[in-house]
Amino acid sequence: MSRIRIHPNRRRVLAGAAATAATIAAPTIVRAALAPLKVGVILPRSGFEAGIGQDCQRGVDIAPAILKSLGLPELTIMNGDTESNVNTAREHAEKLISDGAQLLIGSFDSGQTTAIAQVAEQKGIPLVINVGSDPQITEQGYKFVVRNFPTVPMLLKDEFAEQAEVFEIAGVTPKTAVFMHVNDLFGTGMSKGIHGMKPPYTILEEISYDPAARDLSVEVTKAKAANAEIMLVVGRLSDAMLLTREMVKQRWTPQAILSWGPGWYENQYTKTLGKLSDGPISLVPWYDPNKKLTGILLAAFEKAFPGLNMNTNHVYTFEALLITADAYKRAGSSDPKALAAALHATDIKDNVSIGPGIKFDAKGQNIGLRCGAVQNRGGKQVTVAPREAANAKLEWPMKPYSERI
Amino acid sequence: MIARLADGAARRSLWLLAAVFAALVIAPWAVNDYLLTVMIVALYLAYTGQAWNIMMGFAGQLSLGNALYAGLGAYVAATLFTRYGVAPWLGLLAAIPVAVACAAIIGFLAFRFGVAGVYFAILTIAFAEFARVGFDHFDFVHASAGLFLPVAQYTHDDLWRLRGNPTMFYYVMLAATAFAFLLSRALLRGRIGYFWLAIREDEQAARAAGIDTFRCKMLALMISAAVTSFAGVFYAFFYNNLFPEQVFNISQSIEMILGPIIGGIGTLFGPVLGAFVLTGMAESVTSIMSALGFDLPGAKQVFYGICLLLVVVALPEGIWPPLARRFGIDKAKQ
Amino acid sequence: MSFAVYLNVAVAGILTGLVYGLMALGLSVIFGVVRVVNFAHGEMMSMAMYVAVLLFAAFHLDPLIMLVPIAAVMFVFGYLLQASLINPFITRPEHSQFLLVVAIALIIVNTLLIIFGPDAQTIQTSYAYDSFQLGPEIVDASKAYAAAAAIVVTAALFAFFRFTLFGKAIRACADNYTGALVVGLDVKRFYALTFGIGAACVGAAGTMLALIVDVTPMLGPAYTLLAFVIVITGGLGSMAGALVGGVLIGLTEAIAGLLFTPSAKSMFSFGILVLVLLLRPQGILGKRSA
Repeated sequence: MSRIRIHPNRRRVLAGAAATAATIAAPTIVRAALAPLKVGVILPRSGFEAGIGQDCQRGVDIAPAILKSLGLPELTIMNGDTESNVNTAREHAEKLISDGAQLLIGSFDSGQTTAIAQVAEQKGIPLVINVGSDPQITEQGYKFVVRNFPTVPMLLKDEFAEQAEVFEIAGVTPKTAVFMHVNDLFGTGMSKGIHGMKPPYTILEEISYDPAARDLSVEVTKAKAANAEIMLVVGRLSDAMLLTREMVKQRWTPQAILSWGPGWYENQYTKTLGKLSDGPISLVPWYDPNKKLTGILLAAFEKAFPGLNMNTNHVYTFEALLITADAYKRAGSSDPKALAAALHATDIKDNVSIGPGIKFDAKGQNIGLRCGAVQNRGGKQVTVAPREAANAKLEWPMKPYSERI
Repeated sequence: MIARLADGAARRSLWLLAAVFAALVIAPWAVNDYLLTVMIVALYLAYTGQAWNIMMGFAGQLSLGNALYAGLGAYVAATLFTRYGVAPWLGLLAAIPVAVACAAIIGFLAFRFGVAGVYFAILTIAFAEFARVGFDHFDFVHASAGLFLPVAQYTHDDLWRLRGNPTMFYYVMLAATAFAFLLSRALLRGRIGYFWLAIREDEQAARAAGIDTFRCKMLALMISAAVTSFAGVFYAFFYNNLFPEQVFNISQSIEMILGPIIGGIGTLFGPVLGAFVLTGMAESVTSIMSALGFDLPGAKQVFYGICLLLVVVALPEGIWPPLARRFGIDKAKQ
Repeated sequence: MSFAVYLNVAVAGILTGLVYGLMALGLSVIFGVVRVVNFAHGEMMSMAMYVAVLLFAAFHLDPLIMLVPIAAVMFVFGYLLQASLINPFITRPEHSQFLLVVAIALIIVNTLLIIFGPDAQTIQTSYAYDSFQLGPEIVDASKAYAAAAAIVVTAALFAFFRFTLFGKAIRACADNYTGALVVGLDVKRFYALTFGIGAACVGAAGTMLALIVDVTPMLGPAYTLLAFVIVITGGLGSMAGALVGGVLIGLTEAIAGLLFTPSAKSMFSFGILVLVLLLRPQGILGKRSA
C-alpha cells in the first residue's frame, strides 16, 4: 500500500503542537532559568536523501516534551537542510552559526557530516553527530565534535559479534553466503571490513550495485545463481525493496538475509511489502527495549506517529538532543568552550540505545555503543540479540516467499 | 601588459571594472563568514563560467561536461597532496596536462569525426559520466568512499599548501577570476579571438577563408580545460573531500554554465555578472523562505527554476548586453 | 554461469529495453521534428508516473488500462508547453533552449518533491509479484506486460506517422521546414502537436515503467540521459531506431551487469554512445542528414 503525502507537513505540525502543549502543561523543574539553547539541526531534508533526513526529524519532534519531563533545559531548534549535497551542507552550517546557533547536530551522510564538522571546528561551535559512521571524522583531533554513533570499524566488530550470537541462537552456522552491497562510502567500507573479519562462511559471490539503481533484476539473478545458503547485504531502503521484490519474482529465498546496514527495518519497507517484509535480520545500532527511557520514547513516538515503527534514525537523533540538553545543564552556560567540555564529560546511563550508556573517549567517540540484531516480524521489529536486550525469539530459516503470497 | 589590454575599451567600462574589483577586494571586511562562503562560491562559478565561455562564447562549442576537467584537476592535486605531500600549486602543474590531454582526446574524436552542436554536447556529457562511474570504482583514489584531505586548522594561513582562513581562499579565487577575465580579454583581442568569432558565425565560410578550424577549436577546448582544472584544485583544498558522485556530476557541469548563459555568452562581464546574480538569487530565496518560516524542501529549487525561466524568456542575450547598452558601453568593444 | 542464467538476464534486459525504447521514441519524435533538445524528458516521464500512482491509489485502476487517459493528459501538457513556452525558442540558439528546458526540469522535479515527498511510491498490482516459468526461464510478469504494451503503442505510433494525414504533415515539417511553410502547413501548430505526441509517448512509457520501478521525484534526470543515449544510438528520426536502441541498451546493461560489476554497467552504455557518435553519428537506423 502506498502512502501519498499530499500534506507533507501535517504530521510535523501536529507533533509540534503536541510537543508545545505538553511543554506548557508539564511542571518545569529547570534550575535558575537557563535561556533556551539555540541548536541547529542540519539534516538532508531534500535531494536524494530527503526521506532519511525527514525521518531523523521525527526524533527531533518528539524530543522537547520528554527532555522537559526529565528536568532538562529547553532547546530552541533551528532547522538546516544539506540538500543531500556536501557543499550546501557546509554553507548552511555556516549560515546556522551566523544566525546564532550555539550548537549543531547532524547529519547522517558522512560526506556532509565531514564538511559540517570542519566548519564547527573552525568556528569553535560544538557538533553532536547523531548518525554518521565514517571513522575519519573522529580521527582529526577535533575538540568540538562528539559522536554518539558507532564508526564503521565499531559497526563491523559488533555486528560480527551479533552475527555469531544469531548463529548460536539458531543452532546453525551457514557455510556459504552471497554478499550484495551498494557502491558508496558506507557499502565499500563495510565490504572491506567484512572480508577482513574472516567470517565463518565462504563468500561465494560479491555483487556491488549502484545506490541509485532502479532495477536490480540482474543482480538478484547473479545472487540466485551463486546458490548460497544465506545472503549478506549492505544497502539502503530503496534497494532493500527492489531486492525483495526481485527475489519474490525470481522465486528465491535464502535461509536468512543478514543486513549490516539500514533499509530493511525502515517503515516504508514493512508498509510496502507487508507479509513479504518478515524475516530479514538487521544488525544495527538500535534501542534497548528493556530500558526505561526507551519505554517513554516509544510511547511518545507511537502517540505522535501512529502506525510507524521507531528505528535507529529516531533513537539516535533523540539521543543527540538528550546529550545536548544534558551537557547544557551541566555547563550552566552557552559558552562554546564550556559546552564542549561538558559534552566531553557526558555520562548518561539512562539512555535509549543498546550499551552501557553515553560516554565519550578522548577523541569524542562513544565507544560503548553496541549493536543489536533485530528481525522483521508482523510489520514490526523484534530484538533477537544480544541476549540482554532481546525481547523475542529468532526465526530461522526465513519462511520462503512463495509460501507467503 | 594590462594597460595594453585596456586599449580600446570604453572609458566607462574601465571605471565600472575598477569599481567592481575594488568592492570585491574590500568585501571580506564587510561581510560575515557565511556571506563570505557564499561569495567564494559565486567567484568559483564566475571563474568556471569564464573558462566555459572561452569554449562556448568564443568558439561556439557547447560543452555540457566541464565538470570532467574540474574533477580531474581536483583528484590529481588531492591525490598528490595526500599520498606524496605535493603542494597544490605543484599539483596544479600536474593537473593541467591531464585535463588538457582529456580535452584534446575529446576534441580530436569530435572534430575529426564531425560531431557538432547537440551531438558534441552529448559527447561531453558521456565522457563526464564515464569519468564519474569510472572514478567510483578507481580504488587508488578511494573510489566511491571518497578522498579526504587532512582538515585545515584556522590558526594561520598557509598559501603554499592552501590551508587556512576562508578569507585566504576568497582572495585566491578573486585573483583567479581576475586572471581568467584578463586572459579572456587577451584571447578575444588576439588573432585567435577573431578566428573563433569567424568559426562561431559560420564554420564553413571560415574554413573557406583559410582558417585552420580544427586547430582553433582544439585550442579553445584545451585552454578552457586548463583553466577549469585550477577550479578543481581549489575545490579539493577548500572543501577537503571529493566524491566522484559529486565532483563529476552533471549538475556540477550545469551549474558552471548557468552563470555565463544568464549573464551573457561571449561577453567578458557576462559570466561574472551571471554567477553573482545566480548565487545572490539562490541565497535570497533561502533567506526569504526561512524568514517566512517556510520549511518546504524543494521549494527553493522551484523558485530558482522559475527565476531562471523568467530570465531566459525575457532576456535572450543574457543580463549583461542590455545592461551594457544602458550604461552606454559599446557592446562591440567587450 | 549456466546458459539459463544468461538467458534470464538477456530476456529481462530486452523487455525493459522495449519500455525504454518507447520513452526514447517520444524524445526522437520531439528532437527529430521540433529540433528541441528536451532535457526535461525524464522529468516529464516522472510526472506521468506520479499520475499513474495517484490514479492507482484512488481508483485501483491497473496502469495498463490507464495508459490511454494518462497519455492523453500528457499530450495536453506537452502541447501547451510547446505552444506557450517553447515555440518562441525554436529559432533561438541551442544553449538558450537548453537553459529553458533545464529550468522546466528543475521546476518539475522539485514540485513533485513538494507534493509527494521523497519516499518511493509503488504500484502494487495484483500481479506485481507474478512471474512466468518456462523451464529454467523465469520471466517477470510486469515486465512482460509492460513490454507488450510498449510494442503495441509503438506500432500504433508508426501507423499514425505512416498512414494518417497528420502524421505525414508532421514528417513534412521535420524534413523541410521551409517547404512545409510553402505548402501551407501551420508549422507552429504541428510542432505543438508533435511535442504533445512525444509527451504522450513518454506518458505511456512512464505508466508502464511505474509497474516495474519505484517512483521517486529524483528519477527524472537519469532517465533523460538514458533517453538521449538510446535516441542517438538508435538513430534520430527513426522510430524503429528508438526501439532498437532501447533494446540494445537494455540488453547491454543487463549482460554487462552480469559479467562485470553491476555498479559499473552504465559505463558500457556511455561507451556505446561514444562509439556510435564517432563511427556512425546518425545512429544504427538513422538516415544521414544534410
